[in-house]
Amino acid sequence: MNRSRQVTIVASVLLITCLAGSAFLLSLMDRLRTGATLEDVLFVSSPKAVKRMSLGYDGLLADIYWTRAVQYFGGRHVERASHFRLLAPLLAITTTLDPHLVVAYQFGANFLSPAPPNGAGMPDKAIELVEYGIRNNPDDWKLYYELGFIYYIDTKNYGRAADAFARGSKVPNAHPFLKVMAAQMAQHAGDTQMARALWTTTYQSSQDKQIRGNAIAHLRAIQVEEDVTALEELVGQYGQKTGQLPRSMSDLVAAGLLRAIPVDPTGRPYKLTPQGRVEVQVPDDILFIEKGAPPGYKPPEPKNLENLAK
Amino acid sequence: MNSRIATIASNTFREAVRDRVLYNLIAFAVLLSGAAILVGQISIDIEKLVVINLGLTAVSLFGVVIAIFVGIGLVSKEIEKRTLYTVLSRPVRRWEFIVGKFFGLAGTLVVNAFFMAIGVFAALLYVAHKFQKPDGWVLVALYFIILQFLIICSLALLFSSFSSPLLSAVFAFSLFVIGTFSEDLRNFAGMATGLTKWLATAVAYLIPNFSALNVISSVAHGQPVSGQLIVYNTLYALLYATMALCGAILIFQRRNLK
Repeated sequence: MNRSRQVTIVASVLLITCLAGSAFLLSLMDRLRTGATLEDVLFVSSPKAVKRMSLGYDGLLADIYWTRAVQYFGGRHVERASHFRLLAPLLAITTTLDPHLVVAYQFGANFLSPAPPNGAGMPDKAIELVEYGIRNNPDDWKLYYELGFIYYIDTKNYGRAADAFARGSKVPNAHPFLKVMAAQMAQHAGDTQMARALWTTTYQSSQDKQIRGNAIAHLRAIQVEEDVTALEELVGQYGQKTGQLPRSMSDLVAAGLLRAIPVDPTGRPYKLTPQGRVEVQVPDDILFIEKGAPPGYKPPEPKNLENLAK
Repeated sequence: MNSRIATIASNTFREAVRDRVLYNLIAFAVLLSGAAILVGQISIDIEKLVVINLGLTAVSLFGVVIAIFVGIGLVSKEIEKRTLYTVLSRPVRRWEFIVGKFFGLAGTLVVNAFFMAIGVFAALLYVAHKFQKPDGWVLVALYFIILQFLIICSLALLFSSFSSPLLSAVFAFSLFVIGTFSEDLRNFAGMATGLTKWLATAVAYLIPNFSALNVISSVAHGQPVSGQLIVYNTLYALLYATMALCGAILIFQRRNLK
């Protein structure tokens, strides 16, 4: 083996060893300083300063900040965090950098508005964000829909929700359902029909699998809520008629109150507890349910929502 | 273009290719294909936006860096290697040398941008599966980026004609950064009073206006670019590049090369 070849081999081996060694050391340091490496930091918090520093390449920077916002929310959501300190500033920077990034208003508001752990629990910030989006994109009906959605679902301010839907219905090429929702809001505010209509529109107006899956999960939860309410009413009627609670759903069928054993959206029969409560068999399979789960039930982390949209 | 300018331009282009300037295309391809594949997995609903924003920003920034770092050496390197004396001892005028160098560098950047544009459209096709009518505005943004290169090439040559490569790079890059704030500077001039107003206005009109040449963000959203802006930007870039080139020629004509 000549000298040059020897040097090549030794240098190559050294290079690989040093690379592997440095990677190993870095992983050790990460374990040693977990807090330091994983801490969320916003080095520049002023949206205007970030825009100035972008040197005109603000579109790309907006995409980066939007991705950062998605990753931040996703990370905190998985940890089931109770606060999302950086979410609003990240979204403010994103939308200042690119005021036409409609996706950041739509999904950003969905991250901000719901109560923890499903969201940041900041409906006021969500409304502020969407209003800013509307000022910059007045012809995008989805933003008015989003605003009405937040007012309806999260703040229960039905008047404001009706107003947002009415404003949106006047936008060219608006979804025809906005007009219907604006009109029906006064009559049906607060009932599950309205919520069903809103989630159906969300499902129809999005191509994103995660969003569609989320809409389906909410629609299924609404279905369970309606079913459980109706079934518990029947249980009450049975009690009034016979003076005792039914032992199973079959008793309700036998009494002529039901035509068949009712099933939940997963296809499993509803069960009846000895206390006369109606519950789903596997609550973990139906996310976001408020009725139909055992007392003290803690819902699991929503996973693979996009599978529902398939 | 006379044959002497064409010869100098083609030699400048060949020299840039020999200096492996076009290797940046590999980095660009890796960056763009990586982004096209990765962004869909880590973000929501911005795959197409990222391809356009990242692609056009990379075309612009890579080009600016090449224009500055190649441009600043175009004259000084020839003096250092003493090849300039061989060129000028032939029937080549000094202004022809400067103009030839300018076209050579601009040509290199146009070829570079052309290949990058192919990459941008290929990545766009990959993420969107088909082209849509608004995607055509990406071509306008690319055209504006090329106009931006013309201005920077001329500025790099201007600084290169009287200064050292390091100082030329600092001057050219500073002017690029200041040029991106030109609209803010004009706003500032509008708010100022007295001598400050005059000075700020003069500076605002003297520095190149790169902000009007940057339509990346709006074309990424499929927003159209007005025909008037295309005409104005074209005329502006040609006038500004010619002005800087004239400055370079004036300085180089009087420069003592002994």
